[in-house]
Amino acid sequence: MPKVRKGVEVSIAIADAVAQADTDVIAAYPITPQTHIVEHLSEIVANGELDAEFVPVDSEHSAMSVCCGSSAVGARTFTSTSSQGLALMSEIFFIAAAMRLPMVMALANRSLSSPLSIWNDHTDTMMVRDAGWVHIFVENGQECYDNIFCSYRMSEDPEVRLPVAINLDGFILTHMIEPIEYEDDETIRKYLPPFTMINALHPDNPVSMGCFGMPEIYTETQMNREHGIRNSYPVILKAWDEWGKLTGRYYRPVETYRADDAEYCIVTMGSYGETAMEVVDTLRAEGEKVGVVKIRLWRPFPYDEIRAALLGKKSLVVIDRAISFGGPGGPVASELRSALYQKKGAPTIVNYVAGLAGRDVSRKDFRNIILEGKEKARRGETEGFTLYGLRG
Amino acid sequence: MQEIRLHGRGGQGAVTSAELIAIAAINKGNYAQAFPSFGPERRGAPVVAFCRVDDKKINIRAKVYNPDVVIVLDPGLLSLLDPSEGMREGGVLILNTKKSPEALGIRAEVPFRIATVDANAIAIEEVGRPIVNTTMIGAMIRATGLIGIEDVKKPLMERFGSKLGARNLKALERAYHEVVMKE
Repeated sequence: MPKVRKGVEVSIAIADAVAQADTDVIAAYPITPQTHIVEHLSEIVANGELDAEFVPVDSEHSAMSVCCGSSAVGARTFTSTSSQGLALMSEIFFIAAAMRLPMVMALANRSLSSPLSIWNDHTDTMMVRDAGWVHIFVENGQECYDNIFCSYRMSEDPEVRLPVAINLDGFILTHMIEPIEYEDDETIRKYLPPFTMINALHPDNPVSMGCFGMPEIYTETQMNREHGIRNSYPVILKAWDEWGKLTGRYYRPVETYRADDAEYCIVTMGSYGETAMEVVDTLRAEGEKVGVVKIRLWRPFPYDEIRAALLGKKSLVVIDRAISFGGPGGPVASELRSALYQKKGAPTIVNYVAGLAGRDVSRKDFRNIILEGKEKARRGETEGFTLYGLRG
Repeated sequence: MQEIRLHGRGGQGAVTSAELIAIAAINKGNYAQAFPSFGPERRGAPVVAFCRVDDKKINIRAKVYNPDVVIVLDPGLLSLLDPSEGMREGGVLILNTKKSPEALGIRAEVPFRIATVDANAIAIEEVGRPIVNTTMIGAMIRATGLIGIEDVKKPLMERFGSKLGARNLKALERAYHEVVMKE
């Protein structure tokens, strides 16, 4: 693959990146809810363009099980799923993180049933928020492509050894054709060393994985997981930094747009960040001192960067794409409230949940949310959340 | 930025039209998006696809509500929907119809141009089937100048292969010449 800029569906570009990363094993349930990502990968493998095992399994539960096995022997491993597929996978999803098995998943974020829906929101990923995976959110096709390589670097680093999920908005990104710059294979080879699994499963050197854990040991294993994901933070920064040096495209755990001198900010995660920037440009021209803060790294949660970006602002309008029913409203707002609580200069936080199951959120909607949210903050209406656009 | 909305029926290729326009624009160095109105795919059901073209990076992740260009692939849709809904002033409505722009009697809330082409007839003669997605691109190119015929050749050949691609290109070129425009 030469360095080239092309108009391509984001799902296809992800598959191309997985192939360029010289992935060894791809295991996926090949039908609904699935995207063109694994469909195209199956073609690439069948054509002989990628020397890999493509395992079309009988369920997502099996897909994640195959991924665990292949990672354990030291094979570079990829899978992709969505919504109900992730739900079915969830049992093994937790085990992959607990057993510290490197792999990369493109998680096309979609809503969960019921009612039956195939459209985009963040309900599925929030279900597995606490599984111990590294979670990255991307906002366009280029970021999807780039983060395949960055994620393998993070995941397979001996200091990390954790599975990484790249969260991309279903349909909004997976079915979008847009320009994406591919890097040449030489650049990828330079960036991404071959995967070496320490203590890999091998008949010559037997090791035990996924053992029975008595109460005497379980607590310690969980602290090990917590240390593991916290220690991944500097490796994640380094992986993004080195990618930036090679390609000119830099990524940070928290990214801001016109936020430095802003009095208040809209906070988003995923592809909504782009529309938010567009609307903030318009509002700035009208004299609103508003900025955008985008959370790219969801786990491990970037407390320091969040505080650096947000302390001192008057208020925040946080857009969530999922609900914690009977709880604090949206998971992102909940996290921010917790991260900023009792800190000097903590802003007032107003929470909106919008765009559930693919309901379109237009520029006009963003404008309404930002301006209405600012007023709510001024009036001190900070309890709970507002379900934007609710009818009836 | 130019925003395009395409109305067709499942199987007519409205999504393919949007994709080919976007890829042609990207190939000549511009920025573009093409995406369907996401939903179950059913042959024959009304479908909508969208496209945006700009000379700078596009930062919108929402449907097109105020199009500069509307392309209607199926004349039968005119009795089901208002193709000019949300149309920007000075935009252009491009219709696959035998009728002249005057005979259609389309009322507009804002002034816009209308372009018509008998794409069904052209597609049947050149492609052999009334699949008008590529034909309508020819009309769009003439009516908007957003991309050139040269720009769309490569993505067209890549999509359809040399033999079918050549027939689609012929249909596209004919529509370019035969489109009737009313200011």
